[in-house]
Amino acid sequence: MLLAGCGEENLSALRPKGTASKISFDMMMLSIYIMLGVFFVVAVIFTYVILKYRKRRGDEDIIPEQVEGNTTLEVIWTAIPILLLLILAIPTVLATFTLAAEEPQEGDDTLKIQVTAYQYWWDFNYPDLEFNTAQDLYIPVGEKIYVELTSKDVIHSFWVPALAGKMDTNPGLTNAMWIEAKEPGVYKGKCAELCGPSHALMDFRVIALEKDEFDAWVNHMKTAESAPQTEAAQAGEEIFTESCISCHAVGSEGGNIGPDLTVFGDRETLAGFLEMTDENIADWIKDPQALKPANHMPAFKDQLNDDEINALVAYLKELKAN
Amino acid sequence: MATHTEQVSLNRKQRSGIWDWITTVDHKKVGILYFLAGFFFFLLAGLEAVIIRVQLIYPELNIVSAQTFNELITMHGTTMIFLAAMPIFLGLMNCIVPLQIGARDVAFPFMNALGLWLFIFGGLLLNLSWFLGGAPDAGWTAYAPLSTDYSGTSGMDFYVLGLQIAGFGTLMGGINFLVTIINMRAPGMSFMRMPMFSWATFVTSALILFAFPPLTIGFFLLMFDRFFGSNFFVADAGGNVIIWEHIFWIFGHPEVYILILPAFGILSEVIPTFSRKRLFGYSAMVFATALIAFLGFMVWAHHMFTTGLGPVANSIFAVATMTIAIPTGVKIFNWLFTMWGGQIRFPTANLWAVAFIPSFLIGGMTGVMLSVAPADYHYHDTYFVVAHFHYVIVGGSVFGIFAGMYFWWPRIFGKMLNETLGKWHFWTFFVGFHLTFFPQHFLGLMGMPRRVFTFLEGQQLELGNFISSIGSFLMTIGSIILIINIIMTQAKKEVAEYDPWDGRTLDWAIPIPTPVYNFAQLPLVKGLDPLWVEKMNGNNKMTPAEPLDDIHMPNSSILPFVMSLCFFIASFGFIYDVLIVAILGIAGFFFCMLLRSLIDDHGYYIKKEELAPVVDEGGKA
Repeated sequence: MLLAGCGEENLSALRPKGTASKISFDMMMLSIYIMLGVFFVVAVIFTYVILKYRKRRGDEDIIPEQVEGNTTLEVIWTAIPILLLLILAIPTVLATFTLAAEEPQEGDDTLKIQVTAYQYWWDFNYPDLEFNTAQDLYIPVGEKIYVELTSKDVIHSFWVPALAGKMDTNPGLTNAMWIEAKEPGVYKGKCAELCGPSHALMDFRVIALEKDEFDAWVNHMKTAESAPQTEAAQAGEEIFTESCISCHAVGSEGGNIGPDLTVFGDRETLAGFLEMTDENIADWIKDPQALKPANHMPAFKDQLNDDEINALVAYLKELKAN
Repeated sequence: MATHTEQVSLNRKQRSGIWDWITTVDHKKVGILYFLAGFFFFLLAGLEAVIIRVQLIYPELNIVSAQTFNELITMHGTTMIFLAAMPIFLGLMNCIVPLQIGARDVAFPFMNALGLWLFIFGGLLLNLSWFLGGAPDAGWTAYAPLSTDYSGTSGMDFYVLGLQIAGFGTLMGGINFLVTIINMRAPGMSFMRMPMFSWATFVTSALILFAFPPLTIGFFLLMFDRFFGSNFFVADAGGNVIIWEHIFWIFGHPEVYILILPAFGILSEVIPTFSRKRLFGYSAMVFATALIAFLGFMVWAHHMFTTGLGPVANSIFAVATMTIAIPTGVKIFNWLFTMWGGQIRFPTANLWAVAFIPSFLIGGMTGVMLSVAPADYHYHDTYFVVAHFHYVIVGGSVFGIFAGMYFWWPRIFGKMLNETLGKWHFWTFFVGFHLTFFPQHFLGLMGMPRRVFTFLEGQQLELGNFISSIGSFLMTIGSIILIINIIMTQAKKEVAEYDPWDGRTLDWAIPIPTPVYNFAQLPLVKGLDPLWVEKMNGNNKMTPAEPLDDIHMPNSSILPFVMSLCFFIASFGFIYDVLIVAILGIAGFFFCMLLRSLIDDHGYYIKKEELAPVVDEGGKA
């Protein structure tokens, strides 16, 4: 099939790497096959008709037969589509129910993740493990994970094409879905609902780890303590405590207006879409709007000088789980 | 204003100039104004589309800012749907339907003009937002709270009020056509002898009648949230953002049928005419049209599969949506079998009609694919959906509009569009269209969400976007050729001859240009395709159903224009919070209504002596 394998690995919905997206993919294929069959039939009749029944010289005197209709034909092209749609409808309903999420029972050890969307970033909370991450969502491979979704401002939509279909995050309401990665990898996630100017840049990552690696990561997260090593980083921590902590949390301290930065140093990307370089981090702190229009972080180019920003960068890069 | 004027003769001088156009209540002139205003907005929204495609030709471009980009996509969609496609269809309906059913005008000529001017002033208001602080930026769907508390400009104020005003106009147009078609058909023109375009107009009008009131309510809620601090869509204050989605799509889904059914109607006129055959399975076509419209009200939540309605709602709406494929399939096959056994000619009008079939079919197929809820979780809000609805609205509605334009141009404007330019227009636009939108199916599945102002490098999205942009440039060239064609055609003196296409319906049974009273004598309809029936009996014109007599005509009036202007002024009062302006505007509107009620206007008569020569002229062909 031409379609399968199209697009970038770990992004394309046509290269499913998750159980849910495989179910969706199979439904896509079923509907495409049926529709191609229909297209083929129509195309053959269409081509035949426009080639065969063109007006030719000398036709003027012949009046074509004024056919009113043909009951047999009309019954056929009503009945066959009904049959085809039945073939499509039954698996559709089944798959819709398979993909629906059921809340885990008390005592069930299903991993639960609360996704909260903000303009233009993602907060991931692990309620049973009692820690937060932002932008990078870590999950274990081969487990059905229960995901709850909501938003703190406008409607966004959580979509990791390679792993599962999307689900909207609605302010004031909570949605649920499940997600399961079949193999380890870093999967690209996107916001799919128009949410403001930087909608296009509201990317995130899902990092699927083997079970033991995931458990190790959880342990690191639980014990993650920031203890800056270098002198620059120590200076950076001071600046952070002065200027940043009212919005950004590190560990158990700090505000929740901006993304949690506890493991910022581990991030795959800066702000979901930029390469994680010292220069980019510094540019971001100086003027975030220039990189991600209309995001809510204030520019610090007038508050902090270059040395202070460099110290901050050094500090932030040391914030890691391991 | 006129009181009872027994006789006002047709004074040619009086019937030209701007004053005549802004006071006209003649359905043909109202139709032309609808058409021209719609065409203007079509070009404007097309320009916006080209800027969008220029921005997306390469990854990470910054030709327009992210904010401007969102304004562009919002205005492109809103303008195309509310101010271009619908008015152009309303224009064609106005020009053609009274002729097709054998009527001298619509049932409510005054209301018809009011609907037109409300649309024009609503559209003007919406587009003025570009110059007054920024256009609306929350997408044509205006999902709250992005459209309320989180909007970056005052553009959404213009959106709410502009579309509210234009929507009143559309609603009036719909009611008018319903009454006209029910009451004003010529003797012998039973419902089941009515041409398919008139049927499509009838069903579309019913859709408008039921779909626009929910939108009106929705806009009021949005307006109250924006202007008066209510909390319908404020989650923190107990509001619910999903209510807007429901209200919008309860209107929005019937709306897409409002855009496609008239195109189906046009096809059902053009294809039989150029196949020289009657429409295959006429009654099935009528039934399919009505069924599509009926089902159209049952499927709105398929736009909301990812909203989180749960598997039961999603399943019901998925299956309900699939059923629409059945009547739509019936239509496709009936068109194919209308051509089967015919003598198909391919002037530009029929090129568009024939090209409609495979193009719309692809849109229909992806429509069925989208109805599969578990797969839609991927399609939703991606370029796959963008590709789908452009296949339906461009490959369907716009191709239908072009077919109707080339077909009825001599009827409406009295001249024949140039066929050579027409064919250039067709091929550039047709190829450009498929180049633009076909790759977008793949882009969506490969992970490109819709409404993104840019895309990042290295996600294998470059090629598809590049092809798509090139295609859009080709469509632009096609549109420019069309404009040249229109200008050249209108500049030449040569008037089209009577019945240029060997027509089948009443709209071809009158002289060109159409006299102001349409039919000197109302025709007697003896069957489906009444003109064709007469031709088969050896006549080239209709048998009259009445003796030649004076014809009663409605007087023109400036009130519709003034009333719409009052709403326009009141809107600025609301937007800029100047209460006195708002009150004056609304008061002016009610004053006009009072005038309309108090002044007796009995219209005028065209004397039968004035009719006679036209009738002879008409009969000569």
